[in-house]
Amino acid sequence: MAFDAYVKREFKQVGTRVARPDGVDKVTGRALYGADMVAPGMLVGRVLRSPHAHARIVSIDTSEAAAMPGVKGIVTGRDFSVPKDEFLADVAVNCLAQDKALYDGHAIAAVAAINATVARDALKKIKVEYEVLPHVTDIDVAAKPDAPVVLEGRALETVPAGMGANVTHRCEFGHGDLEAGFAKADKIVERSFRTAATHQGYIEPHACLASFTTDGRADLWVCTQGHFYFRTLCSEMLGMEASQLKVTASEIGGGFGGKTTVYLEPVALMLSKKTGRPVKMVMTRDEVFRATGPTVSTSIDVKIGMTKDGRITAGWADMRYSGGAFQCLTCEMGAQAAFAAYDLEAVQTVGWNVMTNRPKEAAYRAPGAPQAIYAVESVVDELCQGLGLDPLEVRIKNAAKKGTKASYGPTFDDIGLLATLEAAKKHPHYTAPLAEGQARGLSCGFWFNFGGNTCVTMNVNTDGTVGIAEGNPDIGGSRASISLMAAEELGIPYEKVRTIIADTASLGYADTTDGSRVTFAVGIATINAARDAIRKMCKRAAMLWGIDEDAVEWKDGAAHPAGPNAGKFPPMSLADIAAKSFQTGGPIAGHYEVNADGAGVSFGVHLCDVEVDKETGATKVVRYTVFQDAGKAVHPDYVEGQMQGGAAQGIGWALNEEYIYGADGRLQNPGFLDYRIPVASDLPPIEAVILEIPNPGHPYGVRGVGETSIVPPLAAISNAISRSIGTRLQELPMSPPRVLKAIKGAA
Amino acid sequence: MVKVLLWGSLRAHTDGQAEVEVEASTFKEVLDKLAEAYPGLRPQIERGVSMAIDGRIYREAWFTRISPESEVVVMPYMTGG
Repeated sequence: MAFDAYVKREFKQVGTRVARPDGVDKVTGRALYGADMVAPGMLVGRVLRSPHAHARIVSIDTSEAAAMPGVKGIVTGRDFSVPKDEFLADVAVNCLAQDKALYDGHAIAAVAAINATVARDALKKIKVEYEVLPHVTDIDVAAKPDAPVVLEGRALETVPAGMGANVTHRCEFGHGDLEAGFAKADKIVERSFRTAATHQGYIEPHACLASFTTDGRADLWVCTQGHFYFRTLCSEMLGMEASQLKVTASEIGGGFGGKTTVYLEPVALMLSKKTGRPVKMVMTRDEVFRATGPTVSTSIDVKIGMTKDGRITAGWADMRYSGGAFQCLTCEMGAQAAFAAYDLEAVQTVGWNVMTNRPKEAAYRAPGAPQAIYAVESVVDELCQGLGLDPLEVRIKNAAKKGTKASYGPTFDDIGLLATLEAAKKHPHYTAPLAEGQARGLSCGFWFNFGGNTCVTMNVNTDGTVGIAEGNPDIGGSRASISLMAAEELGIPYEKVRTIIADTASLGYADTTDGSRVTFAVGIATINAARDAIRKMCKRAAMLWGIDEDAVEWKDGAAHPAGPNAGKFPPMSLADIAAKSFQTGGPIAGHYEVNADGAGVSFGVHLCDVEVDKETGATKVVRYTVFQDAGKAVHPDYVEGQMQGGAAQGIGWALNEEYIYGADGRLQNPGFLDYRIPVASDLPPIEAVILEIPNPGHPYGVRGVGETSIVPPLAAISNAISRSIGTRLQELPMSPPRVLKAIKGAA
Repeated sequence: MVKVLLWGSLRAHTDGQAEVEVEASTFKEVLDKLAEAYPGLRPQIERGVSMAIDGRIYREAWFTRISPESEVVVMPYMTGG
């Protein structure tokens, strides 16, 4: 049997709602976040940012700033050698500009000083001579051949000849005969959509503390989703060996994909290297918005054909994504995900990346999928309206299932889409009466999920407790889930297990906390590390009993003699074996390392009811229900939290959130007053309905749950609003002015 | 021989063929043979690809066994947030 194969079992602890291990620290203020780190002699770093959307940097004169009392060091892009690898070079150039400022807020120089006031004053003394260049922030304008060129020569071999210089990638997916498919349709709808770039909106800004020693070693404490990957990026940029840089992850106040890459960290390390003192850097909210990755902005055309009885005959989409001023491949994920919920004979999606003078895109939960699926699900809904069909029945009729050839290529194994759709159909929400002025919308959602590199060390302590070291920052409850899986496998109480996030010097490599991977992949490693520890404990018990180790089995947290010749001994518990470990061969620890695959795709269905104020255009979401295939929900509170959190962020994306650029190419709303994320009073109670369809690729049947839930809200809300006001909006966000305009236009 | 399905835009490098055959029994052999037989695919393979083998998506599992009956689909390298 494969190490990761699912085996049906009765769980004793997995699936319970145990107390979260980080709860007390977080509610009492003891938890240490990125900005909480301090060191003796610490300097404060600040960044000078471009006020221009696009400008050539003619010169940077730091002499006056460097001469100021209290200023200890200044760095610019010239202090870094640009890596040869194009991807790494983009990351480096995004941290500190080289010859051009590519967007409003692009980092130009950084200062380390004795305090924040001196550092801020020093930034004002740095003289940067810019040659302002024409800029472009709109994706459709940027795609034109005569648009201002963001960067020359960045197109991949995938781009056909004759495209504008900002078009850097093309991808295409699908199968079947589109023409024949559309010919079978009774109704065809073709529409164009636009979605604004949105920010992940984590509450904790980026923050780090870097300390470089004179013998070439360094430490970095940082708020991150992936400290091992940060080590890779920073050590490459600073030309040092990975082993000489130790990175420790702080607690994290939200990431959602946005803390998967570096911004301040190489700069802080270089400032520390130059000054010989620790350097702390913390972004302001303005900097977070202007200079860290939002999502892609998009412009998408969709065409779908349907028969009178609701069978989709063909689907096509052309999707332009902009990942800002650099190459970005997120269009690949969107183009693969767009029609994943449907069993189609003919489907084609084409994705493009277009560079604009905007900040470099960073991942945001299911990157690329919400925009694509918003466009597709909007057209499916319009077809249902036009043909007078129930939108849920149509989705059931066309749902992808086991044996369906996915629109992105493979044939699906066991998937949970039909189960989520049937659950939505049976739920009271779907048939609940709507009040006057209310309307209901729904949408399917999909995400791939993946596994990745993971190490786990499990130490069996002599007092019968267990310590687990793993390498993924806990952004969604993974410490609780990992402890639960360890307790389940070992057969000891959850309270006896403590999981910590080890630094990069203490454990083997762990991929970043992204792709909904941690409970899945670290779960596999944890279960197998427990099995490794169990094998060792059985051997120790065999020694103590004087029997063959094959004659010992592990159940309910203890070694038992097994088989006809094992003899009769009372069970020996984990605590009993651990207490004698020094006398039976030394400490006991289980280990496991894996690059896990088989994460299993995930589907969700969202239902929502909205009320639109026809005088102001404001939309209120009055009821919201999320149905999602979670595989085995290890800790249902956290799973529900992921489902609710994704829905809440999607509601913000649908209704209010957007990057607004002025004619000067500068971001107009870099703060939470003007970039409006939902607060508690904007949200209805969000009911989460977990479906547990086991993932065959995990011993406990676990699937990732962190990303799928942000995919359906955009279309679910748009579909509800369209039904409420009698006309369809084709642009996000559906902010009050846009809704009002649509209402007036329809009238 | 293993039949390998390519995504649409890769077909420009395989004379328009959506499905090609290579002599391979592992993830890595499939990629090596593809790059050898269709050099236009090499830049994409070097940037990174995933591979769905009988419906299960792998990212870097070089020595995963592939049987001649397996469904093999080359996909872009999976990313997430």
